[in-house]
Amino acid sequence: MAKPPKPTRASPARLIFGDLWEYDPAPETADPKLRARYELFINGEFVRPKAGKYFDSINPATERKLAEIALAGPADVDAAYRAATGAFKAWAALPGRERGKYLFRIARLLQDRAREFAVAETLDGGKPIKESRDFDVPMAAAHFFYHAGWADKLEYVAPGRTVAPVGVVGQVIPWNFPLLMLAWKLAPALAMGNCVVLKPAETTSITALKLAEILQDAGLPPGVVNFVTGAAATGAAVMGHPAAAKVAFTGSTEVGKAIMRQLAGTDRRMTMELGGKAANIVFDDAPLDQAVEGIVNGIFFNQGHVCCAGSRLLVQEGVAERVIAKLKARIRMLRVGDPLDKNTDLGAINSKAQLSTIRRLVAAGVREGATIYQPPVKLPEKGYYYPPTLFTHVTQSHRVAREEIFGPVLAILTFRTVDEAIEKANNTAYGLSAGVWTDKGSRILRMSTELKAGVVWANTFNRFDPASPFGGYKESGFGREGGRQGLLDYTSHA
Amino acid sequence: MSTRAPSRLPVTKTPKVYLGGAFVRSESARTYKVSDASGAFYANMPQCTRKDLRNAVEAAAKAGPGWAKRTAYNRAQILYRLAEMIEARSGELVASLVRFGAREADATKGMTVCVDRLIHYAGWADKYEQLLGSVNPVASPHFNFTVTEPMGVVGIIAPDSPPLLGLLSMIAPVIASGNTVVALASEKVPYPAILLGEMLATSDLPGGVVNLLTGFRRELIPTFATHEHLRAIYAAVEGADRTTLRLGGAASVKRIRFVEGARAQWFADSAQGLDAIREFVELKTTWHPIGS
Repeated sequence: MAKPPKPTRASPARLIFGDLWEYDPAPETADPKLRARYELFINGEFVRPKAGKYFDSINPATERKLAEIALAGPADVDAAYRAATGAFKAWAALPGRERGKYLFRIARLLQDRAREFAVAETLDGGKPIKESRDFDVPMAAAHFFYHAGWADKLEYVAPGRTVAPVGVVGQVIPWNFPLLMLAWKLAPALAMGNCVVLKPAETTSITALKLAEILQDAGLPPGVVNFVTGAAATGAAVMGHPAAAKVAFTGSTEVGKAIMRQLAGTDRRMTMELGGKAANIVFDDAPLDQAVEGIVNGIFFNQGHVCCAGSRLLVQEGVAERVIAKLKARIRMLRVGDPLDKNTDLGAINSKAQLSTIRRLVAAGVREGATIYQPPVKLPEKGYYYPPTLFTHVTQSHRVAREEIFGPVLAILTFRTVDEAIEKANNTAYGLSAGVWTDKGSRILRMSTELKAGVVWANTFNRFDPASPFGGYKESGFGREGGRQGLLDYTSHA
Repeated sequence: MSTRAPSRLPVTKTPKVYLGGAFVRSESARTYKVSDASGAFYANMPQCTRKDLRNAVEAAAKAGPGWAKRTAYNRAQILYRLAEMIEARSGELVASLVRFGAREADATKGMTVCVDRLIHYAGWADKYEQLLGSVNPVASPHFNFTVTEPMGVVGIIAPDSPPLLGLLSMIAPVIASGNTVVALASEKVPYPAILLGEMLATSDLPGGVVNLLTGFRRELIPTFATHEHLRAIYAAVEGADRTTLRLGGAASVKRIRFVEGARAQWFADSAQGLDAIREFVELKTTWHPIGS
C-alpha cells in the first residue's frame, strides 16, 4: 500500500479570500464630469475641427462610448502650430518667475480636481482606480510642481553655458499613462520657455482635454499649449510640421524609428522614449517575499502597459522553483476586473487592438514551447480583459522573451552566475530599465554598472519621480525626462 | 627641374592607418594617390573599405570595456601623455600641414591648439561626472542617483579642414569619458592622421581605443550610418551626408551629432568644453530603498 504523501512545509494550505467569499463591490463614485463631445484646444479655446470629423472614445472596461473626440486634420495641426508660434516670443520673454507661477497654479488646480481626473483616467484608459488615484494623477501634479521651480533657474541647468528655449515643440504621447505622460512632456517644455503642440493617444484623449480646462482656469496665455487629437495621421502631421523646432515622442520603437526616418532630411531636434523589455534579476540571496512583490508590481502594474515593465524575470537557478511557486500563489490573489473597483489589481486592457496583440504573442509563446500558467480568474463578460500570465521554460530566442508584449505577461528564465545574468539581461535591442534583487551591496553596484539600461531599480521596481531622470539606452530611445538632466532636452544654446 | 639623380635618395614612408593598435594597409589593398600642395606626388594612401570599417568597429568594441573601466585619473594621464607625444613631434606635424597647403602661421597655431585642447580634455576626464551626474531628491524613501556611462563605439567623420585639429578636437571629448572611436580622417589631407596614429601608438592609449581610417567619404558614410555596433556618430558633414547618416542610423536608434555652432570655430576656446563630453555619454539612474 502506498503511503500518503507527507505534508511539507513548502506547500501549506493557502486561504484565498476571493475563492471563499466573493468581495463586495467597492466602486469609486466621484463624478468624472465628462462632456459628450470634446473639441480641439487651440490658441486657448476649444474649437471645432475644420473638417468637422469626430471619433468615439470607448471605455475599454465596458466597450461603451464615453465621448466624441475631434479628429484633427492637417489644417488643424497647422492652426495649432500657428498659435504656438504666435505665442512663443512673449512666453519665452516672460520672466522665469512668472512662467513658474503658471506651472505652480496648474499643479494646484490639478490637485484640487484629483479625484475627478482619476475617475476620468480610469474610465478612458481602463487602469485600476487605485493606480490613477494614487499614482497617475498625483505624480502628474508633482511633475508640474517640480518643473515650476526650474523656470527661473535656467542659468543653473547647464554648467558653463547659458541656455535658451528651443521654440515650438511637437509632442506625441502614448495611451498607457495619458495624463502623466502629458505632464512629463508639458512641464519641462513650458518651464524652459517653449510652446507646445501635443497629440494625446487616440484611445485616451479625455484627460488631456480636461487639463485644457485647467490651463484656461490658470489663465495660461493662449497658444502656449495646444492639443490636437486624432490617430497616427495626426501624429505624423505633428511630428513632421516645419514649424516644430523640436519633437518629443513616447511610444513604440517601431514608430519612433519611422519618425526618425521621416525627419532624416531636417535638422529637427528629437527626444525618443521608446519600448523596453526589462530584465528583473533575482539572486539567490534576495529577500524572496519582497522580490515576489517587486516582480508582481514590475509586470502587472497598469496591466503591464508600461514601457519599463519587468517583463523578463531572470531568477537564479537555486531559488527558481521557490520563486515560481511563490509567484503562482501570489498572482492567484490578484483581482482582475472592473477598473473602477477600489479592490481591483488588474483593470481592463486599453483597447481591442492591444488585447489581440497580447493574445497573439501569448499564442506564439505556447507554440514555441514555453509553459504557460494562468490562475483561474473570472473575467467580466463585456470589456477587454486578460488574466495575469506566467511563462516558464522560456529560452532567450522565444518571442515572449524578445518582443515587447505590453500586457500582463511575464517570461521567466534562469541563470547560474552573475556574468550569465548580465549577459542575458543585456541580450536585447532595448535598454530602458532593469531590476536587481540581492542582499549584497557590492553586487548591486556591479550590476547597476554593467546593465545597459537607463534606469536600474535595486530591491525595488517601477519607481518614478519628477526629480529622477528617466529614459533609455540603445533602441529604447534617447534623451531624458525628469531631473536637471531632462531639462537640457528642452533648451538650446543661448 | 633637374634630370640628375640626387646624391642620396630619401627613404619615403609608406602610409599605414592605425587600426586595432597595429599599422595596416587596407584589407582591399586599394590605395589612392595623394599629392602635396605643389601638385607633386606624395604617397599612396590606404583607400579603406567597408570591411576595414567593420574590422575597426570590432577592434573598438573589444577595447571598449577595458577602456571604460580605467579610472578617470588614468584616462586623464593617458590623454596628457598623448599631448606630450604630439608636442615632441610638433615640428614634423607642422611641416606636413604646410606641405599640404596650410600657411606656416596657421599650422603652428593649429599645433599649439591641438596640444592645449588635449590637456583641456585630460583635465575634464575626472571632473565631468560631478557636473553631469546628480543625487536626486525623490519623494519616497529611496537613494536615487544619476551617473554617466560611455555610449560605446562612436563613429567620427572628421572635417577636411583643419585636418588634424578637427580630428583631434572630435576624438578627445569622446574618449575622455571612456568611449572608443572609429574615425574617418580628412579625405583631402589624410596624411596628418597617419602621423597622429603613430603618436597614439606611443601614448599609452590601449590599442583599439582609437582607430583611424583614410579613404573616401562617399564609400564609407553609408556604412557608418548603418553599422549596428556604432552607438553614436559625430560628424563634420553637411547636407545629403547628414540625411544618409540619419536615415541609416534610425534602424538602430543611433545618437547622431553634427559639428556646428561654436564647435565649428576649431581654433577658438569656445570649440571645446563639457558639452562635447555630455553628448557622448548615457545617463543611468539607480534607485535603492533606504532602511529596511
